Amino acid sequence: MSKIWKLDNDIDTDIILPTEYLAFETVEQMKPYAFSPLRPELAGKIQPGDMIVAGNNFGCGSSREQAPEVVKALGISCIVAKSFARIFFRNAINNGLLLIEQPDLYDEVNEGDEAEVIPGKEIKVNGKSYPIASLPENLTEILEAGGLVKAMRKRNGLD
Amino acid sequence: MGMTMAEKIIASAAGKSACKAGDIETVTLDRLMSNDGTTHLTIDMYNNLKNPHIADVDKLVWIIDHNIPADSPKTAASHKKMRDFAREHGITFYEGEGVCHQVMMENHVRPGELIFGADSHTCAYGALGAFGTGVGCTDYLYAMVTGTSWLLVPETIRFNLHGKLKKGVYARDLILSIIGKISANGANYKAMEFAGEGLKDLSIADRIAICNLCVEAGAKTALMEVDQVALDYLKEHGREPKEIFKSDDDAVFSDVFDINLDEIEPIVAKPHFVDNIVPVKECEGTKIDEAFLGSCNNGRIEDLRVGAAVIKGKKVAPKVRFLVVPASRSVYKQALKEGLLDIFMEAGAMVMNPNCSVCWGACQGVIGEGETLISTGTRNFKGRAGHKDSFVYLASAATVTASAIAGYITSAEV
Repeated sequence: MSKIWKLDNDIDTDIILPTEYLAFETVEQMKPYAFSPLRPELAGKIQPGDMIVAGNNFGCGSSREQAPEVVKALGISCIVAKSFARIFFRNAINNGLLLIEQPDLYDEVNEGDEAEVIPGKEIKVNGKSYPIASLPENLTEILEAGGLVKAMRKRNGLD
Repeated sequence: MGMTMAEKIIASAAGKSACKAGDIETVTLDRLMSNDGTTHLTIDMYNNLKNPHIADVDKLVWIIDHNIPADSPKTAASHKKMRDFAREHGITFYEGEGVCHQVMMENHVRPGELIFGADSHTCAYGALGAFGTGVGCTDYLYAMVTGTSWLLVPETIRFNLHGKLKKGVYARDLILSIIGKISANGANYKAMEFAGEGLKDLSIADRIAICNLCVEAGAKTALMEVDQVALDYLKEHGREPKEIFKSDDDAVFSDVFDINLDEIEPIVAKPHFVDNIVPVKECEGTKIDEAFLGSCNNGRIEDLRVGAAVIKGKKVAPKVRFLVVPASRSVYKQALKEGLLDIFMEAGAMVMNPNCSVCWGACQGVIGEGETLISTGTRNFKGRAGHKDSFVYLASAATVTASAIAGYITSAEV
């Protein structure tokens, strides 16, 4: 089961990781500042395995890959949103962060609810099931490897 | 069935005669731009590969523009890494020449090319009929090493422009109005294509301002038909088109908008979303602490001329900082030649070296808690230009300059 952290529509990349922390050398150093303009306390509360549920256009804005990286590093297991901005979508998959588009879940769940995600099939919350689409095989391969670079290494027999 | 411009460019890059929206194609890139926002991450990943190599080094263009000159030991280290790698591998490299997209437009972009940029505003290249799209550093690395990538062929929203912008109304007002109309994700995953007889009166500077901001509506790319204005610009900069594509008459668009340019009014995008637009008069009187004229969106010579005409003989309001940042070295030199920088300096503005500056909230002009900025930059997200509890309003060069003089948001007199 994953605990839900609920965020709004149009969560932009400057909210996910503000510019002033982009020059940090490691993602570990960036972690405490994730989502800080909106909810400074959030990064400290997220536990590995938790999930984010959001509205439309999650990840809009910059192409900074530190954004999905820091979300992944916080231990977020997946983000379920009504829709994602396209650059963030590719960057998240390339970093092994699972994104799921689901139109109804956001309007019907509360922060703190517990959800069970069965990839490619459904999300169960509060006794209700929300259907989700399955990802194409090549994207599943990237996610399972933990990102595009790792998937390529695996495919080429390097790892 | 006819094809859109976006479909034609992707088909060409995929070595096919046709493709359609929804297809996934493997494409060969024509050019790969990256800047100091994330290139250090790309290099780290590259160095972790086994026997890495660059597929075609002549296609790479690296530009330091986000934090130049370096403002901390951290950015200096990241620049050094980028500079050394570029020299070692013979990558075309710019430092101090200007904001990446302006440098690309002045020196590299050609109609018909498919270009990846590790920067979201790469969609600017559509002003010259090139398919530019923003990617993260992992996608960039993959394209750099293999020369290829995969793309979902986007649907296209077509904007037919009619008439002419009124005096005192700018391309910046037009694109902010369009984003307000279709919303911050109104073009998510899609291409925004601009055509129609209204295009002919828009300069390349106007066209870049329009295409550049399309990512703020979620667009994958922006495209404009290549006409004589575009061909003249290319000739002036010593380049030829790769290939000129145009949407077929029977191409399928997901939506078509007819925009009467005469109806556009001066616009302000209020905090904290680019689609949160209102006419300038609704924000009239909002006190400001800082004004910024510059960025890949509005830092060209045409924009500086507009600002200089507004401020000539006047002074920046007491307690207001006004930063003027030409988008490239050539824009800076031209402004110097025309006496525009003199006008800004006399008025009390700070004229900075070409860089991303205030637009991205690092390097210079960062605003403090509770402060308000009016900006020709690209975004007004919460905390974008500094403290998380600060406020960014987006407007045209004319409105920004008039506000710098007044000390509060106001329209320029026309």
